[in-house]
Amino acid sequence: MFRLEKRPTPSKFWLYATPPVAVILTMIAGGILFAAMGKNPFEVIRTIFWDPIFGEFAFYLRGQLLVKAGPLILIAIGLALGFRAGIWNIGAEGQYIMGAIFGAAVGLAVFPTESRWIFPVMVVAGAFGGWLWAMIPAILKTRFNTNEILVSLMLVYVAETILAKASTGFLKNPEGMGFPGSRNFSSYPAAQNGFLYEPLGLHWGGVAALVTAVLAYILLTRHQAGFQIKLAGQAPRAARFHGVSPARLVVMCMGISGALAGLAGMFEVTGPAGQISIDFNTGYGFTAIIVAFLGRLNPLGIVLAGFLMALTYVGGEMASTNLGLPDAAIQVFQGMLLFFLLAVDVLTNYRFRLAVGAH
Amino acid sequence: MKRRTLLASAAMGLMLASGAFAQGMDKVKACFVYVGPIGDGGWTYQHHQGALAVQEAYGDKVEIQYQENVPEGADAERVLTQMALGGCNIIFTTSFGYMDPTNAVAAKFPDVKFEHATGFKREYPNVSTYNARFYEGRAVQGHIAGKMTKSNKIGYIGSFPIPEVIMGINSYYLHAKKANPNVELSVVWAFTWFDPAKEADAAKALIDQGVDVIASHTDSTAPLAEAAKTNGAVIGFGQASDMAEYKDGPRVSSIIDNWAPYYVKRVGALLDGTYAQQDAWEGIAGGEVEIGEITDKVPAEVKAEAEALRDSIAAGTYHPFTGPINKQDGSPWLAEGATAPDGDLLGMNFFVEGIVGDIPQ
Amino acid sequence: MDIGGINPVILIATLMASAVPILMAALGETVVERAGVLNLGVEGMMVIGALGGFVVAVHTGSPVLGFIGGAVCGAALSLIFAALTQIFLANQVATGLALTLFGLGVSSLGGQGYNGIKPPPTGQLLPDFLADLPVVGPIVFGHDWMVYFSILMTAVLWWVLKSTRIGLIIRAVGESHEAAHALGYKVNRIRLMCIAFGGAMAGIGGAYVSLARVPQWVDGITAGAGWIALAIVVFASWKPWRVLIGAYLFGGITVLQLNLQVAGSGIPVEYLSMAPYLITILVLVIMSAGRRGKANGAPASLGQNFHASR
Repeated sequence: MFRLEKRPTPSKFWLYATPPVAVILTMIAGGILFAAMGKNPFEVIRTIFWDPIFGEFAFYLRGQLLVKAGPLILIAIGLALGFRAGIWNIGAEGQYIMGAIFGAAVGLAVFPTESRWIFPVMVVAGAFGGWLWAMIPAILKTRFNTNEILVSLMLVYVAETILAKASTGFLKNPEGMGFPGSRNFSSYPAAQNGFLYEPLGLHWGGVAALVTAVLAYILLTRHQAGFQIKLAGQAPRAARFHGVSPARLVVMCMGISGALAGLAGMFEVTGPAGQISIDFNTGYGFTAIIVAFLGRLNPLGIVLAGFLMALTYVGGEMASTNLGLPDAAIQVFQGMLLFFLLAVDVLTNYRFRLAVGAH
Repeated sequence: MKRRTLLASAAMGLMLASGAFAQGMDKVKACFVYVGPIGDGGWTYQHHQGALAVQEAYGDKVEIQYQENVPEGADAERVLTQMALGGCNIIFTTSFGYMDPTNAVAAKFPDVKFEHATGFKREYPNVSTYNARFYEGRAVQGHIAGKMTKSNKIGYIGSFPIPEVIMGINSYYLHAKKANPNVELSVVWAFTWFDPAKEADAAKALIDQGVDVIASHTDSTAPLAEAAKTNGAVIGFGQASDMAEYKDGPRVSSIIDNWAPYYVKRVGALLDGTYAQQDAWEGIAGGEVEIGEITDKVPAEVKAEAEALRDSIAAGTYHPFTGPINKQDGSPWLAEGATAPDGDLLGMNFFVEGIVGDIPQ
Repeated sequence: MDIGGINPVILIATLMASAVPILMAALGETVVERAGVLNLGVEGMMVIGALGGFVVAVHTGSPVLGFIGGAVCGAALSLIFAALTQIFLANQVATGLALTLFGLGVSSLGGQGYNGIKPPPTGQLLPDFLADLPVVGPIVFGHDWMVYFSILMTAVLWWVLKSTRIGLIIRAVGESHEAAHALGYKVNRIRLMCIAFGGAMAGIGGAYVSLARVPQWVDGITAGAGWIALAIVVFASWKPWRVLIGAYLFGGITVLQLNLQVAGSGIPVEYLSMAPYLITILVLVIMSAGRRGKANGAPASLGQNFHASR
């Protein structure tokens, strides 16, 4: 029998080797699944992993990777700060929605004024909306010791109802023939988050994601607050001795993650999505939780994890349309990839030893 | 700007390669974008049936591609672009929320035909829109409901307060009222298109309040299943698909979204070169709205009346919204004998006189 | 006896049935979390259970076998989670979320061809003359057997966790896995069994949706019930009877808001549809405010993996 043995120090080799190993294992397992469904496994896997980056239409799809990864990275970095401190914000989806609503509302309120100040104000409003929505669980946690998992999750559903109300009521496009949905920002240049550099899919949201990743990295490695966050997560009692106020930490971490999720929503609604609609949110807030852990709660890791997730979405879509795979098969494949990534990660900190005799 | 030209030329190249010219084509690649899974048993399932009918009708001359579960917004735009790049000649986008992405992508691929369901924007010559006059079916249901109710309370489970749904509620109510002046309508908003458990709860709430005929504008069979638990006291209608499995139970009729005739027609037009941009809004007459078999639970004379109503709508001799009709607040909408202009219907955001309760705004 | 056009007897009878899926899944998750494991994959296990239960019931014609099938499928899926978190020591939060994704995908693949079929009915347990009694009839006697089973399970779990040796071990593992290990308990093995139990319960909850609540199979039929179940566990401070209260409260407000709409209460619909979530938060705030300063009852090792170094 094999047994696990903890390494004295994390393995540098496996730290970098586990993701490729996991991807290869997923290709094998996924290949078997696709073959069982009567598809050519090599073709499917090439379509998912190769074509979006190097295939015939990569000139378009490469840009889409950042469009898809941007919000995931932005949200995941905020969540990771909280997760490191042991603060469980599960409701980023709701904060994302509120950021979009706040940002869009400011822009639509001044329609059709053209001023270069509009977009920056909308950015602030979006961050504020997400921050505000995250402050509800934060304040309830610090004032009444109410569990933030429940409150933040329940507020997602409340935000979805507000979103439905916004798109059928207060933000409805007055020229939309009574249909739900706001005006489209693509026809309102002052408030539009257009592409800065299209071949890379770069818009302000992507810029914000990458800048935030760098800032978060600096915060965690160089700054006092980063030290407090890590300490609070690893040794809450020691943190208190060091003068870390748990309440302040909750407010700070929830605030940052809420504001970043709000920003993501705001950039999405004014850019790629274009408008507030009933089904505006597509689960970025939940997927970002996976991304945060896949990236090992490390900002730079999150950037890579975000791109990997984006690749499975974009490539998965291609496999689905072009090769006639059911969307469910892609979901299963994504699940497998995550399972393998999470499982082989064990090799970073542990090694398998052949156990001789009884333990 | 740069990408636009790049994309356009790439598409051009593909077009030339596949020999796609205005004067008919040897082979058409028809692509479908779905908002849900094809196994949803309702909206998307019916669209996919239409896609399969196209395959059936033209065999080797068409190739079908589809993508399920496409979120509205940025993802739709990407899927559409992929499809257009990948050589689709005609792309059907089957949900209202795809309206802006459809037009945005259509601008970049002038040689690909785009067909958007249930919207109104045709910003480019290669965008057509299509919809079905579901309210015609609601009129038939309303008549049956008015005749069949014993408690004089009928119910309607709405999804979201959008014109499409409001139109249906109004039509249902007007014809129930015509058949039975004492009828009262209760509307429940589920605020979801699809949540079987919640739909069942909504149906239960209606039943508990004495409602004995239920129509629904959400996607699952849950309301019928709930009605089935009353041992025949409550009846309902199939929505989107026939829901024939409840024929021996509460389902007395149904509205079937039948997209097949339209899809077959449009792909056919592309094949023989007669394709042109249009705004199609077909109903019972065009075969897009089918009234599912009215079961024996409905007395023969009511059945005959309902079928006569259906036929008069199909023949164009009767419009379900024919005046005099007042709005809920009593202000006049349609004068005696006037019929509703399509523009009024498409943007409908008011209840007609007699319906109690507000539309969430 | 109507209040504002709503009959409270019918309301209570309805909420008892509509709360069953959430209740079963939340009870299972309570045991899992009491053992120190946070499995966020409840939704995935429920939807697999919904499909498994449906398929078995349709092929055997027996709803009872269906529920057993749902339990087996839910447990089987949870074993993936168990293997990853207990053997490979993978992060529980991420694994749970991945499990939901995987479960939704597998159920959708496996469910092809089962649309539009009616499963055998899950019947009322007690004879009609009892169910027809006024007031107590609908509330106490008029249900299908799963409603009674869910209440029974609440009582059993309460008893097991509180007063049995098994319960003591589970709680010990969840509070301090180091100490439990030092006492000679196989922490990971105990957790693995708890996870499988949680999976089975979630599977039964899911099967109730596809066999009794809605009787049909469609993709994604559980539509987020697993998330609510997770919230209810927290709401209940990891105590079985409070799980029941939480599930009934949530189910009750959901049913009530729909009834209020039908009855024409005049309260704007959007506030009504937010109400279940807001009121759940409000009640939790009131409950936790009373215990200010004290821990909120979460098992101390919740979400942490354990590796025996010796």
